[in-house]
Amino acid sequence: MAHYQTYETAWCPGCGNFSILRCLKTALEELGKDPTKVLIAAGIGQAAKTPQYISTNSFCGLHGRSLPAASAAKIANEELTVIVNTGDGDSYGEGGNHFIHTIRRNVDITHFVHDNQIYGLTKGQASPTTSEGHKTAVQTYGNRNTPLNPVLLAIASGAGFVARSFSGDPQHLTTIMKQAISYKGYALVDILQPCVSFNKINTYRYYKDRVYYLDEDHDPTDKMAAIQKSMEFDDHIPIGILYYEEKPDFHQKNPILSKGGPLYQKNCSKKDLEHLITEFI
Amino acid sequence: MYNILIGGAAGQGIDTTVTILERLLKKSGYYVYTTKDVMSRVRGGHNFSTIRFGDQAIYSHSNKLDGMIALNQETISEHRKKLNENGFILCDAKLQTEDAKAILLNMEEMAKELGDFRVSGSIAIGAILKLFGENLDYAKEVMSTTVKEAYIEINMKAISLGYHLVETRFPRKKGNFQDWMLLSGNSSIALGAIAAGLRFYSAYPMSPSTSIMEYLASKGTETNIVVEQAEDEIAAINMAIGASFAGARAMTATSGGGFSLMVEALGLSGIAEIPLVVANIQRPGPATGLPTRTEQSDLKFVISASQGEFPRMVIAIKDHRDAFYQTIRAFSLAEKYQIPVILLSDQYLADSTATVKPFPLDDFSMEPLPTISNIDAEDIEENYLRYRITEDGISPRRIPGETKAFVTADSDEHDEKGWITESAQMRIQMMDKRMRKLQNLQQELLEPLFLGAESCETLFIGWGSTYGPIREAVEILNQDDKGKYGALVFGDVFPLPTRELIKYSKTAKTLINVEQNATGQLAGLIREYTGIQCTQSILKYDGRQISAEEIVQQLQKGGR
Ligand SMILES: Cc1ncc(C[n+]2csc(CCOP(=O)(O)OP(=O)(O)O)c2C)c(N)n1
Ligand code: SF4
Ligand SMILES: [Mg+2]
Repeated sequence: MAHYQTYETAWCPGCGNFSILRCLKTALEELGKDPTKVLIAAGIGQAAKTPQYISTNSFCGLHGRSLPAASAAKIANEELTVIVNTGDGDSYGEGGNHFIHTIRRNVDITHFVHDNQIYGLTKGQASPTTSEGHKTAVQTYGNRNTPLNPVLLAIASGAGFVARSFSGDPQHLTTIMKQAISYKGYALVDILQPCVSFNKINTYRYYKDRVYYLDEDHDPTDKMAAIQKSMEFDDHIPIGILYYEEKPDFHQKNPILSKGGPLYQKNCSKKDLEHLITEFI
Repeated sequence: MYNILIGGAAGQGIDTTVTILERLLKKSGYYVYTTKDVMSRVRGGHNFSTIRFGDQAIYSHSNKLDGMIALNQETISEHRKKLNENGFILCDAKLQTEDAKAILLNMEEMAKELGDFRVSGSIAIGAILKLFGENLDYAKEVMSTTVKEAYIEINMKAISLGYHLVETRFPRKKGNFQDWMLLSGNSSIALGAIAAGLRFYSAYPMSPSTSIMEYLASKGTETNIVVEQAEDEIAAINMAIGASFAGARAMTATSGGGFSLMVEALGLSGIAEIPLVVANIQRPGPATGLPTRTEQSDLKFVISASQGEFPRMVIAIKDHRDAFYQTIRAFSLAEKYQIPVILLSDQYLADSTATVKPFPLDDFSMEPLPTISNIDAEDIEENYLRYRITEDGISPRRIPGETKAFVTADSDEHDEKGWITESAQMRIQMMDKRMRKLQNLQQELLEPLFLGAESCETLFIGWGSTYGPIREAVEILNQDDKGKYGALVFGDVFPLPTRELIKYSKTAKTLINVEQNATGQLAGLIREYTGIQCTQSILKYDGRQISAEEIVQQLQKGGR
């Protein structure tokens, strides 16, 4: 992995983020992506430090706001492979509104959510995916709110690529990552990621005991089947591509972008501007 | 100079009548200045527009009327007192007014007879043209650009019908403005952005900013501008930042409420040093305030919005022409200094139209983006430092994907490479580097515009859209008391240019700030940065733009 060299991280030993970072590098290598044409974007959080530990272009924006920024970067330059690596709190909590509307927009970006079912960086409060009853320093009697089901929400909102994987299964994760990056349009991979410091419930063992592979019996192009599968979580957690549908992405639907070529290199001619001015006369 | 008012309920077609009339008058050579006073509702209520026209430049509206087209009784009762001695009230006979000034025409009946009751407005237009000694030469041309093909003929009949119902009362004045543009403040901002090389515009609808997005969207395909309606203003500004990071000139616009949501991202543009242009088209607050009206109460907000400290620039737009040039300048400063630049306009400028000389396109040229040809060799290698510490504080900006350099952006404090750091020393170096950009920016500030008599005793001080009313007020006052009055009107408001202010404040005895807010925000800023104290203020915060006459009246009452 000469290209995507590693830096010293600020993650806890044993954290699931290490494996996700390794898989990301492998996926990019195996896809033959030129690192100078890759942009990794993130919000704020432990997961959101990922762009700092890989040598590509990087955009570490605001907590919850990576999706709009990443989408627009892709709109500005279609030649960039744009990947968002960020947390469950960042993606589904602070940025929840952007999550839904990014799906609707369907810009060709990939969204890897490091879903540790907790707020890691702020030291262990409930995230939107924290299970019911989970006690934290804030949820002192146990989390009373119903956990959000991100994959179900994504399918319902019209996402064309929705998958789940597990940081403890690097081979599976790398494969799914490659497929998600190659998908034309918005692709979500919700990655189960143990947080060894602040989530003592959803541990490596916890996930290991529950995950199972989606096999040929599951047809990811069957939306009803996908919805049904995406509702399985507590005792049996299916991993793999839950839903897959090819649909026109933002660039294909846009009359300027569908002509091809990076937007930032296009221009408006003086003649066209002159014409606009005369329209006011 | 003439001034007429067209008033009625929302949904009565005031806008179309005004649009046709203002274009006809301009085609005939007049300088036209139209303002809009609308309620925040789609039907009913009381809305009106005034069209002021003359053979010389006009800088603002006026409350003295030569006539009105009253589409309902309320228009008459509300505005009658503003009529000049020989002013007229053109209205439908069904209003049954016994007012001596009334010209009663059976417009609705006649329109129905023509085949469509909606063309009654065109009958009124015809009557107005005759009253002011116009001919019908341009009617067809203007109609064909404002109404649908199928309705041109019937509207032409209506205009001609109205034309023959009245006699000429006002002598025609011959202006020379037929080849000038009729431009709203918001259209001018949009044109400026296009001229500046805008490639990506994201926004969330909010009055009075929305017409910028609507204009850009309608011209996007031919001008290669992607316009995206965001899910909220937070997304809008973060999208603009993302696009700008990737090399596309980007902008967003909103009003105060939306700007409030954008605040955190303004700081992202500041610390990540990503060029950004944000227009805040002000309306009265707090919260939802008066959605369709005007105010200048966001000055102190936008100069300090967002946590922490970072360099920014705030430019207030003075008039319709200025809107174009300041928008171009905003893009150029944002890119040169890699900072957020905020344009402050307001509903008054946004929705009013003025007559503006067509912009000569050879006057300006935007700097090209930092392309491979205009950068140092060391900055295209892997050891490129996005946030290199430099003397002028400006670090080399690269476009991600163009070179071997990895381009970074970080909202955390970072080192020269762009990686998170908590080093105390690096923190100071980075803060100093960013703030150093202000030193050169200070040298580029535009001093406020001075108007009136050099040796004035009374100096008005204003900013942005009060330029027009202040300019007229100074002219009126100096007619009687030659040489007594002057004014300084700020365009660049932050950082605050102080040279002219210090100079004139030495000789003027009375300093009066004229502002469309309740607390005198510019006066406060001036006090903070210069210690200069305004001795009186004229403040207006009822959501309606101050006029020259009101400034004169307030002055005579001794200000507030
Ligand atoms: C506007 C804003 N609110 C709150 C925070 C504090 N904050 C930083 S990260 C975070 C949550 C992180 O959780 P998650 O996204 O799940 O990432 P993790 O650390 O678990 O990987 C919070 C609340 C912030 N940085 N900005
Ligand atoms: S706090 Fe949790 S998520 Fe963050 S590095 Fe440590 S183990 Fe990983
Ligand atoms: Mg988390």
